[in-house]
Amino acid sequence: MALPKYKADATQERLSHVSRPVGGFSEVARRDALSRVENLGLPTRRDEYWKYTRPESLVEVEVPPAALFVSDEAPVFSDLECLKIVFVDGVFDADASDDLDLEGIEIHRLADAPDVLWARDIYGVLETRGQTPVARPLASLNTACATDGVLIRVTQTPRKPISLIYRHVSEISDAMLHHCIKVEPQASVTILETGTASARLNVCMEVEVAANAQCNHVRMQGRDHERRTVSHIFARLCEASTFKTFTLTANGALTRNEVVVELTGDNGVAHVAGACLGDGAFHHDDTVFITHDAENCESRQVFKKVLRNGAVGVFQGKILVKAGAQKTDGYQISQSLLLDDDSQFLAKPELEIYADDVICSHGSTSGAIDETALFYLRARGIDRGTATDLMTIAFVAEAVAEVEDVALQDEITDLVDNWLMRRREP
Amino acid sequence: MLEIKNLHVELEEEGKQILKGVDLTVDAGKVHAIMGPNGSGKSTLSYVLSGRDGYKVTQGSASLLGEDLLEMEPEERAAAGMFLAFQYPVEIPGVGNMTFLRTAVNSQRKARGEEEMSATDFLKSVRAKAKSLKIDADMLKRPVNVGFSGGEKKRNEILQMAMLEPKLCILDETDSGLDVDAMKLVSEGVNALRDADRGFLVITHYQRLLDHIKPDVVHIMANGRMVTSGGPELALEVEKNGYADILKETA
Repeated sequence: MALPKYKADATQERLSHVSRPVGGFSEVARRDALSRVENLGLPTRRDEYWKYTRPESLVEVEVPPAALFVSDEAPVFSDLECLKIVFVDGVFDADASDDLDLEGIEIHRLADAPDVLWARDIYGVLETRGQTPVARPLASLNTACATDGVLIRVTQTPRKPISLIYRHVSEISDAMLHHCIKVEPQASVTILETGTASARLNVCMEVEVAANAQCNHVRMQGRDHERRTVSHIFARLCEASTFKTFTLTANGALTRNEVVVELTGDNGVAHVAGACLGDGAFHHDDTVFITHDAENCESRQVFKKVLRNGAVGVFQGKILVKAGAQKTDGYQISQSLLLDDDSQFLAKPELEIYADDVICSHGSTSGAIDETALFYLRARGIDRGTATDLMTIAFVAEAVAEVEDVALQDEITDLVDNWLMRRREP
Repeated sequence: MLEIKNLHVELEEEGKQILKGVDLTVDAGKVHAIMGPNGSGKSTLSYVLSGRDGYKVTQGSASLLGEDLLEMEPEERAAAGMFLAFQYPVEIPGVGNMTFLRTAVNSQRKARGEEEMSATDFLKSVRAKAKSLKIDADMLKRPVNVGFSGGEKKRNEILQMAMLEPKLCILDETDSGLDVDAMKLVSEGVNALRDADRGFLVITHYQRLLDHIKPDVVHIMANGRMVTSGGPELALEVEKNGYADILKETA
């Protein structure tokens, strides 16, 4: 079906303004992705999937500037021993990074990768699988045009996490990063992702978790107030594998985080969680699609949003249980805590089930601080601000608890606490 | 210590008058009991004194150790020495009991310009006090009152009271929902806190609690005011004959 003219025009306009890398192992995948973009068209506000989030600023040629953010907070996870891979405005920074050399792991930079055979089976492949039943054209745009990123293959469990660190020094940078991660059987890896990569970022991560392997992903999106981000994670899980991803988002003008998980082997486990903190000009969208295509798999979606001063939170979460995916255990909860009357939470939970022996539950709530509990705390001498913060941290805790590592959990809780402290009325 | 004079209170939203001129004085070292039929305003009095929203004082005054209670926020009243043991202790998912207790103790100390309690001292103190109330380590770790039985919730209230060392303790139907053993345990906890510097206001429906926590003065409250006061024998009379006779006499 031909695209409507306004959509085709907007797509061509954008494509004519981005440079596409040529050559390399991903050449074919990129060309295919480009035609996907042309066929699908870039999203507009008339698309159902973008009903609650306006995609214009992610699509248009001009990058809305994002002032550089100076924080007095120590960089996240700086005390943690990990292999650092640094990108500045979307470009790999070799000087700031560690040697890409760690036992059990093979790492290549996307921009100058040789013919990486294993990556050919992932780059653009998982993204393509994620295009049905719902199109995600910004991910195809990324596959076609991404200029940098890493290819990580984990053959044995490394002794420390891999940390992708993003910085930006330009107020108008427009980065596209694409990462591929393959975790081989029995291996386990933790991937951290922190900071603001650019004024506008389109980042795509394709993750394949082989049988009995595990991948933990923990992400802290940068605190820059004016940054814009669209991210996609495409994960394919084989038999008895585990994939867990958690994202903390504090601030940001616009964030759309899509997570697409496919459980293709029996006994797989997928946990997708996130907490966001928004104050004022803040629009945060979590869009999740989990497909159960094997027996006895478990999936959990846990999302918590703390919103104030007109901040907007969106949740679109779907569990699709295919015929034959018996004994599926699917859980989905999305909740918002509205700290004032100006904030907004929009939720669209969806279940689509074609198997008859499954457990699937979902819930979504939106509410203010519980005044009865608040009074109880105050009656014990805890001032209103501290009591509200205690309850806000408690609200977020269920999502933070999805992070496996307790030390990481503590650090995330501290970040939430700091965010709240900065907003404390004097 | 606690001085309530001609206190008139109505519900903010409905404008319905609940307290119609309460007069009450509680001296340090004394235990005062308030009994009265349902709807007489006993719980409202405890809420108004501790600063809960939704009530409007239209007349009268209430002070604690000379400080005007009605002008203060709930947390300021707590720091000034007010403590209400809730009839229905509130469950707060996600907030650990220990975190809650420690935050409360140190918030009050800070508000009074005192030094905060160190983590070690706090832990020592809380463990000792929890032990005497038969509160185990698990209950301390769990979120505040979540999944606690009725008895555990009331014991947790007394633990908070013991940790916060208030000047005036109001017990709002602390005996409700307690079995005989639990009532004894809770009463022992309260009695251990009896002190020449501390006053108690015990709100109850039943004489039975007063067998364990022996009051110095018993007040009968009805229709928004104190109708009569007396010694412990007044509670026995209520137990025997109900409120009808007393209310008739004072009408």
